[in-house]
Amino acid sequence: MRFMMIVKATKDSEAGAMPSTELIEAMMRYNEELVNAGVLVAGDGLHPSSNAIRISYPEPGGKPKVIDGPFTEAKEMIAGFTMIEVKSREEAIEWALRMPDPHGFGEGQIELRQVFEAMDLTQDPELIAKEAALRERAERLKN
Amino acid sequence: MRYLLMVKAGKHAEAGVMPSRELVDAMSEYNERLAQAGVLLAAEGLQPSASGIRIAYPMPGDHPVVTVGPFLEDKKLVAGYTLIDVGSEEEAVEWALRMPDPSGYGEGEIELRQLKSK
Amino acid sequence: MSASATHRTIDAIWRIESAKLIAGLARMLRDIGLAEDLAQDALVIALERWPDTGIPDNPGAWLMTTAKRRAIDLLRRNKLRDRKYEEVGREIHAYAEDDIVGALDGEIGDDLLRLIFTTCHPVLSQEARVALTLRLLAGLTTDEIARAFLVAESTIAQRIVRAKRTLNTAQVPFEMPVAHELKERLSTVLEVIYLLFNEGYAATSGGSWVRPLLCQEALRLGRMLAEIAPSEPEVHGLVALMEIQSSRFKTRVNAKGEPILLMDQNRALWDRLLIRRGLAALERARSLGRPLGPYALQAAIAACHAQARTAEETDWARIAALYEALARAMPSPIVELNRAVAISMAFGPLFGLQLVEELTSEPMLKDYHLLPSVRGDFLFKLGRFDEARSEFARAASLTRNERERDLLLKRVAECPISE
Repeated sequence: MRFMMIVKATKDSEAGAMPSTELIEAMMRYNEELVNAGVLVAGDGLHPSSNAIRISYPEPGGKPKVIDGPFTEAKEMIAGFTMIEVKSREEAIEWALRMPDPHGFGEGQIELRQVFEAMDLTQDPELIAKEAALRERAERLKN
Repeated sequence: MRYLLMVKAGKHAEAGVMPSRELVDAMSEYNERLAQAGVLLAAEGLQPSASGIRIAYPMPGDHPVVTVGPFLEDKKLVAGYTLIDVGSEEEAVEWALRMPDPSGYGEGEIELRQLKSK
Repeated sequence: MSASATHRTIDAIWRIESAKLIAGLARMLRDIGLAEDLAQDALVIALERWPDTGIPDNPGAWLMTTAKRRAIDLLRRNKLRDRKYEEVGREIHAYAEDDIVGALDGEIGDDLLRLIFTTCHPVLSQEARVALTLRLLAGLTTDEIARAFLVAESTIAQRIVRAKRTLNTAQVPFEMPVAHELKERLSTVLEVIYLLFNEGYAATSGGSWVRPLLCQEALRLGRMLAEIAPSEPEVHGLVALMEIQSSRFKTRVNAKGEPILLMDQNRALWDRLLIRRGLAALERARSLGRPLGPYALQAAIAACHAQARTAEETDWARIAALYEALARAMPSPIVELNRAVAISMAFGPLFGLQLVEELTSEPMLKDYHLLPSVRGDFLFKLGRFDEARSEFARAASLTRNERERDLLLKRVAECPISE
């Protein structure tokens, strides 16, 4: 099963402040550990929301609304994510606990969310088959 | 450059309501288009925050605080994401605008964030 | 939206829609030059109108309808063959229905495939194929292509004009190659894509910041091809090779721009997402159940490196076996030389040396610096320092790369003088 570890944004990360060298090194060591364990699928940091864009559909069937960042609710924003492939929810939590406190200042927060597998989305066999074919075609992530 | 297209969760997604068949079809058609244009890197949906876990570090250097979901601020939670590789911000926005309204009920929201370059 | 923002948005739309637009028009007009002109006309009209009217809800359909109207006007004026005229006339109704996406679906892939087979047609020179493919399939401007290849824009513009003329003169049909030609024609397409990739990958320094663009474009074209020609194992093989090589893009040079050998790279910095995509593409090539071709075999070798968590964990025996298979699929003394290195790593330098000895009479490697360099390395490991020294010196005299020469001279100095 796959889990996404979401690192929540803080005022500093939103302000574009660079993390300390110690933190960068600790993060690199952590990523190395994930790689060596063969669980890392992808991991990326995000630019602050100042150059983010939001597209919303306030009316079903209506036109989308496009808004440019920055967005204010720093605590709810995302600063980065790491996707891992593990055997259980517990293993995912264990890995998340090994991640260094991503921000310091008492602001660090990581959210762990399980990724949907095709089976979770629908029980329709035709759709499952289609989704399976598409996953193979479009994502080609599983090996 | 890489862009993350985050689909924000609405109340329905958080409640675990399955998307309609039309939406699932439209979404797979959209993913197919991304793949055929050679820009799709990955696309995943996340389970509702009810099965989520949060790890916070309220005290630097101290033990983390672990909380299990569901989390309350449902409007801002992420329900899924699509990772694309494009030439410009405008191109990323154009692709995001081509994504079908991901939620319906007036709750659909997609947020685009550029990835720090690798 | 400001005028310049609208223009940037139109650029992005062009990049997303242009290949489909040109491919669709080319199918109707049987002329890729004319198809591109009409697509460009539609773009010009969009650039004039959209800043005032705003961008339409379905810009791709708008561009297609506009281009088709122009096509009909043009065909009427030129009184071209009735058949062409009827075909366009019939199809425009489908677009009037305002459901262009549905009307075109299913055919887009075939049109794009026809287009890439045409831009990579064997009647064209290699340079012309590359320029035309970047222009028509990747939607790059002549200026962007010129900057990527560090030549004047006029050179590229000329090249494209001449390429289109050549296709016209040779009366190249806008069709899929017939079955018996398919393999050869496909390999021409793959060659163009891999050439683009290497052109970008090889550039490591000095005013070459635009070169990664070529890698990006090659990867994008490859991924596209994998979707529209999914039953061809070598397409997936090439995609796998490019994905895995790209995963090391940022670790293959140091801060000074000097190359870092694969074995010395920081593996934690390799892009896992691209490695996974590469391994998955390789699996797709394998699952088609045909013998692996040269690209898939090279990808399999790259995969061995990608899967080794440390340099020491590299499965050299497997790599040596893959090189042997590659030598059979694509006989080349350079592949043999690589096989010798793998064998030496797997079974010891003496076995590598035996293979290299056989290559010394190979005319193609006569002035190839890596042959004495590899031979010197084996001799050094065997403690035969005098021979190693002269091999390294010979390699240093043959290389044209300064950094490499320094490295080889350093190895000369490292050989202990015998008593």
